[in-house]
Amino acid sequence: MDSDLRLELYRKMILIRRFEEKTNQMYQKGKITGFCHLYIGEEAVGVGAISAIRETDYVVTGYRDHGQAIAKGVDPKRVMAELFGKEAGVSKGKGGSMHMFDKEKRFMGGDAIVGGDLPLAVGIGFAIKYQKIDDIVLCFFGDGAANEGAFHESFNLASLWNLPVLFFCENNKYGMGTSIERASSIEDLAKRAACYNIEWQIIDGMDVVEVYEATRKTAGRVRSQKRPEMIEAKTYRFKGHSVADPEVYRTKEEVEQWKVRDPIDRLRNKLKGEGILTDEKIKQIDDEVESVCGEAIEFADKSPFPPASAVCEHVYAGKF
Amino acid sequence: MAQMRYREALRDAHAEEMRRDNRVFVMGEDIAVWGGSFRVTEGLLAEFGAERVIDTPISEEVIVGAGIGAAMAGLRPIVELMTINFSLLAMDQIINHAAKLYYMSGGQLPIPMVIRAPQGAGQQLGAQHSQNLEAHFVHTPGLKVVIPSTAADAKGLLKTSVRDDDPIIFIEHEILYGMKGDVPDDNDFTIPLGVADVKREGSDVTIVAYSRMVHTVLEAASQLEKEDGISVELVDPRTLKPFDIDTVTKSVEKTGRLVIVEEDCRTCGVGAEIAASVGERAFYSLDAPILRVAGADVPIPYSRHLEQSAIPQTQDVVHAVKRILAGKAP
Repeated sequence: MDSDLRLELYRKMILIRRFEEKTNQMYQKGKITGFCHLYIGEEAVGVGAISAIRETDYVVTGYRDHGQAIAKGVDPKRVMAELFGKEAGVSKGKGGSMHMFDKEKRFMGGDAIVGGDLPLAVGIGFAIKYQKIDDIVLCFFGDGAANEGAFHESFNLASLWNLPVLFFCENNKYGMGTSIERASSIEDLAKRAACYNIEWQIIDGMDVVEVYEATRKTAGRVRSQKRPEMIEAKTYRFKGHSVADPEVYRTKEEVEQWKVRDPIDRLRNKLKGEGILTDEKIKQIDDEVESVCGEAIEFADKSPFPPASAVCEHVYAGKF
Repeated sequence: MAQMRYREALRDAHAEEMRRDNRVFVMGEDIAVWGGSFRVTEGLLAEFGAERVIDTPISEEVIVGAGIGAAMAGLRPIVELMTINFSLLAMDQIINHAAKLYYMSGGQLPIPMVIRAPQGAGQQLGAQHSQNLEAHFVHTPGLKVVIPSTAADAKGLLKTSVRDDDPIIFIEHEILYGMKGDVPDDNDFTIPLGVADVKREGSDVTIVAYSRMVHTVLEAASQLEKEDGISVELVDPRTLKPFDIDTVTKSVEKTGRLVIVEEDCRTCGVGAEIAASVGERAFYSLDAPILRVAGADVPIPYSRHLEQSAIPQTQDVVHAVKRILAGKAP
């Protein structure tokens, strides 16, 4: 893969890592409240996959959605403003951490019901087929979603109807605090796709180049063959399930073992080894990202809260 | 005007809206080749083809979810659920998704979708096939609930629903499908949501009823007029959300008495909400306590006599009207 593209993937991952670290700080300061699920550790998945599809392709995802929204091109300022509950937020302060939406960017939402976005992806895929256009849907879900009925109904229908949906499982090994060994009859969830006559593969979700390449090739087939496929990326979240997680269900040693595979460190070392990244360039990217995140926080902080009258707006689109 | 059955009026509404707008399609279980288990979609496959009249597997959650997704991406789906009882398998998609996406997205994602489903008891289909579930949907902000009682209302309201930009639960009644009525021929005959219809004018008592109960009340009203000279005004709200409280209030201000008749079970039903709203608005116009005639708080039983005991009958309405006019407590 050419060096510019790899630098771009590196920059996006750093941006999301810093954004999430700042989000955590803002949560501790009480600027952000409610549920808050950080993407730290899983950046290679969102960045690699979303960078490999077209701008016009749709993305739907679950509740760990800040990083993926940013990867899809949603303005970090408006993501942070949403976290702050501000009117300038991407969902006007009505969604919050788990419900980032940006229709223009075709980021069709963070869904906070486990598995809830899979049927929606099938419907968007149906609309693409109905409209005879060549977009695809990239549908993220976690390992937990694979045990929901919606997973099975959606896989069956997407395959039966030949819909352009790329089902992308981010297997971070835990559905909240229950490990996959304790929740699933099989650990390689992608094998379930075979039952629905859907092609599947398992990849290293801690390697952004591998995620990018796998998604690029798969998205190409989904687009040209108009058939769903499934990718399962093995990944890991370095932080708790949410910011309020005592982490009694996993050992520090396990977390440390996965941190050795930090996708950002891996790519940085590789690019340094190849002479593509220098210490100077690393600092330059860090500074750029720092300023994007700083501006996002400043923007969010200075933006007004929605007026109380907004509570009754957007319940109905039509006449009521 | 043409005489047609309730099911035929619904079918024509589908066909006219599908001819008018290419984004409209219909999907559901056995709706295409079979023509629908209540034959509402009969003939649509021949006219519009399998791309727009689509049989699905028995997978209610993804049928509804796919409808929502299609609406998110610019289509206008009509989703038929074979009976409303099966909507319970799709409740996550209906309540957590269809009803909330426009709001949660800060107004970016309207969901112009109609979910049609028949409900109701009276055919001895047992507890899992005889429910009335309107109260569940009325209780969910973001949904609209439409519930026609006649062929003309069915057609006019379905056409409006298809053109509306919100998710609509369009509730039909299994007993009404064969009922005939006059329906305007006009291709653009629509009925606005939130406008009640006074199905019978009267002066002694107001009855609010919808869906099949409209016909039960009409029967009772004829009997009361003939045998006792009692004049019943019947208001059919036609849509439960939005709800035309003004028409109901005006009628109660005229008659001073209100009886609400619903097939659904009594507790926390739509009747309770209507009674509360009228109490808030027209308490001083009331000459007697508001009465409800409602289904029993039981799962609907199979055996004919038991089933009939569980849902309001004409005589139950007659007795309620006589009681309210005598000023007696229920």
